[in-house]
Amino acid sequence: MNYIPHTKDETEKMLKKIGVSSLQELFSEIDKSFFAESFLLPKGKSELEVFEYFKSMAAENDVSLINLSGAGFYDHYVPAVVDKLAGRSEFYTPYTPYQPECSQGTLQAIYEYQTLICRLTGMEVANASLYDGGTALAEAALMAGRITGRKKIILDSALNPIYQDIVKTYLDSDVYQVIKTDLKDYRTDQDHILDLLGKEVAAVMLQNPNFFGKIDDYTALTEKIHEAGALAIMSVYPISLGLLKPPASMGADIVTGEAQCLGNRLNFGGPFLGFISTLEKYTRFLPGRIVGATQDVMGKRGFVLTLQAREQHIKRQKATSNICTNQNLCAIRALIYLVLLGKKSFRRLSEINYHKAQFARKTLAELDKVKVDSRYPIFNEFVIEVEADSERIYREALGKGFIAGIPLVDFYPEMKNKLLLCITEKISKEAILKFKDLLKELLG
Amino acid sequence: MDIYYTENHEWAKVEGNIAFVGITEYAVSQLGDIVFIKLPDEKEYRQNDTLGELESVKAASDVYSPLSGKLVAANLSLKDSPEIINKSPQDEGWVAKLELTKPDEIKSLMTQESYDRFLQTLKQ
Repeated sequence: MNYIPHTKDETEKMLKKIGVSSLQELFSEIDKSFFAESFLLPKGKSELEVFEYFKSMAAENDVSLINLSGAGFYDHYVPAVVDKLAGRSEFYTPYTPYQPECSQGTLQAIYEYQTLICRLTGMEVANASLYDGGTALAEAALMAGRITGRKKIILDSALNPIYQDIVKTYLDSDVYQVIKTDLKDYRTDQDHILDLLGKEVAAVMLQNPNFFGKIDDYTALTEKIHEAGALAIMSVYPISLGLLKPPASMGADIVTGEAQCLGNRLNFGGPFLGFISTLEKYTRFLPGRIVGATQDVMGKRGFVLTLQAREQHIKRQKATSNICTNQNLCAIRALIYLVLLGKKSFRRLSEINYHKAQFARKTLAELDKVKVDSRYPIFNEFVIEVEADSERIYREALGKGFIAGIPLVDFYPEMKNKLLLCITEKISKEAILKFKDLLKELLG
Repeated sequence: MDIYYTENHEWAKVEGNIAFVGITEYAVSQLGDIVFIKLPDEKEYRQNDTLGELESVKAASDVYSPLSGKLVAANLSLKDSPEIINKSPQDEGWVAKLELTKPDEIKSLMTQESYDRFLQTLKQ
């Protein structure tokens, strides 16, 4: 079966128009290793065969492992209510409802989701969600470019390195210039940011808590950023907002983040849930869908997709984004999770994460061959330095029931003996003590 | 001051070598409530270049320059209050003030009379 709808004639016409001789030439810039060898699939299987196949794949998972890894994607407990409600047929679709006449339920759910993102971040408006935290941050950079008309983006080096890569991929290098800050004690060097500020800077992009788990107050810095006519963009970890000073109170203009941690599982790497929120005056510059509340002709309250002229189905190539969509089902899960917990329990959850992580950091620091940096506050993640090859420790711990965080050498070649650990509410005190014993044993 | 029109429903009020340009009442009636305008920010425009972009509640539309000219000013009050275009499209809702570089191009535009006739044909 041919999956490409164009006829040979049409393809040749298009190639001729752009002055390329063949499809091969058109795709020549793409590395060969990315091409599939073949699209021929094996013969069809029966339902039973398919079931057995996936059962054997599932059996390769070790669900008993205690997971101490985070780095932007978190293993929080997902209450059964989330699955039950989000699995209702009225909600169980990833599709954006364009037709308000028959989509009031989903539209209201998205509207409530937007409201709760605003409550968490302290911002004034949020969109209906984006792919993930990384693309949300990249969209924020593009948004700052549109708002300020400037082309330089300052990127905090303590931002999640995966996000940094996404930002660089999204921003056209012919149009935008991305400048990375220096790293100092695993925090962004604020003096370096002040040096970099100037008339061409559209935005400074920060993360709190940063990739290494450290918390900072950026209030004074954002004042300087605003004085230079630039915007302050912050990527945040929603669970931490139950405790930490909201980004809006620090003067952020655009706040983004990964909301997978709210009622969505890790799912082998997705789908995830990006959010973006901003000040009301920048609403029109937002990418993607926005749900608004309105009144119908009878004067009854209702919900619609609003400000759609920004979007690609109307504005085509001039849309605020041609590379985004909302993650409806994931956003609905986040909504159910937040509503289920409510203000008090959400704060409590945040406190549990915080206190457990402080305990873990203190406990592990008692080991002779483990060093932690306790000069700066952390939320629920921290770096430990071990007197050993961190990748060996990681491998051996895996055989003893623990995912020992993330070896930072994966992202920073010079950090050969550092592990980034995350402690969520799922990690018991016993597990922390057991991990301490295991580390002691592995470090010899 | 003389006023001229294009088939894209822009107007130009010309006095000497200076022209104020904007979109017509008819254009506004087709677009509905205007919620955003991207104002002109280039130094110079040729006839039919895109001067700005308009967004209404339901549609998006480019504003084309009816004449060639250097940008003297953009109507900055539209930035925060684009609805001025709805209220007064052919007066307070002007989009750009141009210093004409090819005044001869005026010949290619419609007069009030011919634009009125043109609108009649559209209504039929």
